[in-house]
Amino acid sequence: MKHTLSVLVENKPGVLTRVAGLFARRGYNIDSLAVGRTENPEISRMTIVVEGDDRVIEQVTKQLHKLIEVIKINDITEDEHVHRELILIKVNADPAHRMEIMQIVNVFRARVVDFGRNSLIIEVTGDEGKINAIENSLHPFGIREVVRTGKVAMVRGPKHKNGKS
Amino acid sequence: MAVAKDLREVCQFGNLMEVGKKMSGADILIKSLECEGVDTIFGYPGGAVLNIYDAIYRCKKIKHILTRHEQGLIHAADGYARSTGKPGVCIATSGPGATNLVTGIATAYMDSVPLVIITGQVAVSYIGKDSFQEADITGITLPITKYSYLVKDVRDLARYVREAFHLATTGRPGPVLIDLPKDVTYAETEFFYPPEIDLPGYKLKPNGIEKEVEKASEMLKEAQRPVIIAGGGVVNSGAHEELLALAEKLQIPVSTTLMGKGSFPENHPLYLGMPGMHGTAYANYAISDCDLLLAVGMRFDDRVTGNVKTFAKDAKVIHIDIDAAEINKNIHVDLSIVSDAKNALEKLLGIIKEKDNRRWLDKIEFWKKEYPLKYCKDSTRIKPQYILEKINEVTAGDAYFVTDTGQHQMWAAQYLKCVRPRSFMTSGGLGTMGYGFPAAMGVQIAHPEAKVVTIVGDGGFQMNSQELATAVHYNLPLTICIFNNGYLGMVRQWQDLFLDKRYSHTEISQPDFVKLAESYGAVGMRVEKPEDVKKTLEKAMETPRPVVIDFLIEQEENVFPMVPAGGSIDKMLGR
Repeated sequence: MKHTLSVLVENKPGVLTRVAGLFARRGYNIDSLAVGRTENPEISRMTIVVEGDDRVIEQVTKQLHKLIEVIKINDITEDEHVHRELILIKVNADPAHRMEIMQIVNVFRARVVDFGRNSLIIEVTGDEGKINAIENSLHPFGIREVVRTGKVAMVRGPKHKNGKS
Repeated sequence: MAVAKDLREVCQFGNLMEVGKKMSGADILIKSLECEGVDTIFGYPGGAVLNIYDAIYRCKKIKHILTRHEQGLIHAADGYARSTGKPGVCIATSGPGATNLVTGIATAYMDSVPLVIITGQVAVSYIGKDSFQEADITGITLPITKYSYLVKDVRDLARYVREAFHLATTGRPGPVLIDLPKDVTYAETEFFYPPEIDLPGYKLKPNGIEKEVEKASEMLKEAQRPVIIAGGGVVNSGAHEELLALAEKLQIPVSTTLMGKGSFPENHPLYLGMPGMHGTAYANYAISDCDLLLAVGMRFDDRVTGNVKTFAKDAKVIHIDIDAAEINKNIHVDLSIVSDAKNALEKLLGIIKEKDNRRWLDKIEFWKKEYPLKYCKDSTRIKPQYILEKINEVTAGDAYFVTDTGQHQMWAAQYLKCVRPRSFMTSGGLGTMGYGFPAAMGVQIAHPEAKVVTIVGDGGFQMNSQELATAVHYNLPLTICIFNNGYLGMVRQWQDLFLDKRYSHTEISQPDFVKLAESYGAVGMRVEKPEDVKKTLEKAMETPRPVVIDFLIEQEENVFPMVPAGGSIDKMLGR
């Protein structure tokens, strides 16, 4: 089963290497990883999606806790949470197909962010399902390039998940 | 803020800050080591650490030990740390100096030994340019250090040293590395040794364990056939007295892992010997038959458990360990207590009531009588086990024992009678050949008046025999016992048992060890007959210089009992 871990770490050089190295060394599978600064510039949040049964997740969590820079770990899989990914898709778009592509963009509430002579760049945010769906819909036109972020997630409601609160 | 040692305790020497006076990075480093009460550093100079060595030259409070190879110095620092409980401190230069430390760092990491390692590095502006003698040592050692620092600004140096000692020695101990670029050792700033440590992600939480301890005491009360396995965590936390008290109060037999050897007096009737691959038959039977296993400060290494599916299969397992990540890692347990061994055992002792397990102990007595450790005595050839029995007689346990890795290590674990914690040093987790002799130097340096006996094979000794020069230079009165069988014995044993005696590259030639010792200025002795073993040992231990004894032992002796790798521990060869 896939688990989403929300991990607060000190914003220091080398932290990402330590986390990535830990996963590689102990044979855990990272599905996706997204890192960014939080409201506190000294702290970053990593959203890690990892595949494994409960025992694997228990080990992942405990091993992560041993890293000196890791401040707090929440497994938010079971919590009510909002999760988003962002994808940029460069798709073939000769004039004959443009309207059709634009319709797809509208249906998915995506945006066109670059207009080339024979291609468009489309930006989509959403959950994994939505992103996979638009990718599939655009596939027949010929996708030239895809850039996709990892998943970021936030727990709903007033609950605050920061270390120093 | 993390709870750090009180600075008054930390600082045995002088001022923690010198206002207004600028000091170089090298001087700040040495001053910080003085603040930590460091009395000995093990090191090897080089280009990137020139300025640090200049500061060492001026320093009067710290003794510096120069070895002949960086691997020698880190094992020596490791031996110093294991035998004292204090952090071992070492210095090497950048590039090859640093990479030569790697095996020693991994050895310490696997066995949770506190080390603070300082490596030189090329100047900050040269980092990443493939400069002369540049190696990314923080990258290389990432998976084998508890933490590491690359110091880019001299103003961080004192704080990093402070944190490094805190990290190395608290919680589950381990090696911490500080990589120090050459220009930072020249850069100047005011010295200030910070009184507080701010590591928000490093929590030494003394979690409430009362509920778990209560549950454990109930489980112990109900158990009919309990066994304790004690590991290195008992030694590290100094819980040996509590362990003894608990075992006696509840009449529970105690097995000690290789790392736990010495944490329980081996002449005690409740002592079971070592468990696992080369453990005693009665320890393995007791573990296989027990209904409650109390594992204290140990991590269920595969050499202990054999096949995890059949390990202690009828038992409820209680696991006490300081490292939460060890719980449920290899063995699924019924109750876990995340705490240092001393704290947990103290609390447990406070609430348990005396108990007797007569029938269970009778059964164990039966196994002990029926399946003792045994070997074929021989009047013409020297049996390795016989030498160890004589070492017991000559030292009466009043010595530090240091082994290398291989057959002799397992015989030593089986036959040496240790009665004190920190009296047996060995590379348990990594199984490092070449560890024994240099580690013994570190032990002797930490305990100049003590008897230090190191037991090595002819293979492992040759991996670091250059350190004879160091031992002679500092006149360390070590007794170095080479169990010389002309083979890489443990590998040969596996070839013998599992590969139809195809001895592929395990027969090993060697120099004349007596002449080798003499050429370094040490004393060399050779023993070829059993009747000479004891008197040679006595003579060696009376000699106030390093002595190498070349014991020509039975060449194809095997270590038994033996559980084949991955097998059930109640199925032993050569029982």
